[in-house]
Amino acid sequence: MALDKTQIAQRIAKELQDGYYVNLGIGIPTLVANYIPAGINVVLQSENGLLGMGPFPFEGEEDPDLINAGKQTITTVPGSVFFDSAMSFGMIRSGKVDLTVLGAMEVNQDGDIASWKIPGKMVKGMGGAMDLVASAKNIIVAMMHTNREGESKLLKKCTLPLTGVKCIKKIVTDLAVLEVNNGKFKLLERAPGVSVEEIKSKTEGDLIVEGDIPEITF
Amino acid sequence: MNKVRKNAIEATFDIKDGCTIMLGGFGLCGIPENLISALVEMNVKNLTCISNNAGVDDFGIGLMLQKKQLKKMIASYVGENAEFERQLLSGELEVELIPQGTLATRCMAAGYGMPAVFTPAGVGTEVAEGKEVRNFDGKDYLLETALKADFALVKAWKGDTHGNLIFKETARNFNPVMAMAGNITIAEVEELVPAGELNPDHIHTPGIYVHRIFKGVNYEKRIEQRTVRKK
Repeated sequence: MALDKTQIAQRIAKELQDGYYVNLGIGIPTLVANYIPAGINVVLQSENGLLGMGPFPFEGEEDPDLINAGKQTITTVPGSVFFDSAMSFGMIRSGKVDLTVLGAMEVNQDGDIASWKIPGKMVKGMGGAMDLVASAKNIIVAMMHTNREGESKLLKKCTLPLTGVKCIKKIVTDLAVLEVNNGKFKLLERAPGVSVEEIKSKTEGDLIVEGDIPEITF
Repeated sequence: MNKVRKNAIEATFDIKDGCTIMLGGFGLCGIPENLISALVEMNVKNLTCISNNAGVDDFGIGLMLQKKQLKKMIASYVGENAEFERQLLSGELEVELIPQGTLATRCMAAGYGMPAVFTPAGVGTEVAEGKEVRNFDGKDYLLETALKADFALVKAWKGDTHGNLIFKETARNFNPVMAMAGNITIAEVEELVPAGELNPDHIHTPGIYVHRIFKGVNYEKRIEQRTVRKK
């Protein structure tokens, strides 16, 4: 069975290591915060100017001056710190953030990503995504394997305007965990009960399959 | 030294049609509500507006969009505003989208007296079109020029009569960097105290960057996404 959005987040949470500074994008990536493994301490960075983001506030305790990059009301955890937008992107650009998790409309086998614009249809802007993908040491894309029309989002070449080039290392979808490997997608894990054949048929880019592909565990 | 003004109208008397203005805030958090209201009331037109976002339909910069006061918007993310999208698609509004970190850093460069910076954000994308690319230590960077405005409009939590500013929580965001990038910087604050009352160690923006300051009133501080958990 294909993973749902929370299971994608749960699988990505397994990539977290103790001491990591992590930036989580809007959507599925935000859910990763709910599945941080026991015994692992990570500090969440929100690019609007916070290290040490905590859970949503209790009802009635919302603070309009305290939001995350998705404009949601949040809280802080002990040890948190606020800073301005220039410093926020300073720490991103200088590689201090260990892991970035973000969504995408398309990823291609060279590690390019498209996520901010559909010409003629949708222009929301790139926000901080271009800065994040240009500098993060380790980027994981969280997305569905196919779009609403059932077309693959893992392509030989992106068709939409790019957010960044040759920057994506790992992709976790509802069907599989893949890595970008020498200009191809390498299949690492498959969703429980999902066959390699199905993943192949839904991946437009070149897919490397070596040996038995284990199922995703949580 | 007399930086203190009575209110937003008095502080913005010389913002004229065609000016370039820069507004602090992230979404609706930390936006200069009083200054926006004054610009709406004075109905200044043909403004070029630099801000991370464009407000929502009926609040923040969205109020100026409703009255068609903007000629051009420079922002990083504009996804929450239907009127914005309408004006963009109909061609009434000129829009330049730039990466968020690039926006912050271009303002910072202006405040630090540097004409330009190099950043990797946007290399290989349409953001790079027409820009100088230079390679340092094997990696490509774009040359991005400093971004200044005729007026920078910022919102702080506390300020003193010398224009020193302290921000609160994530309402800081773009405010300190934009405060540094205005030819004239106007700050509205929730609490205005005499010089000497703020601890100098706690000040985020030195008053040298701030030309006018006033105590704002009637803050709505609208929340864009109210997310809570149950007790």
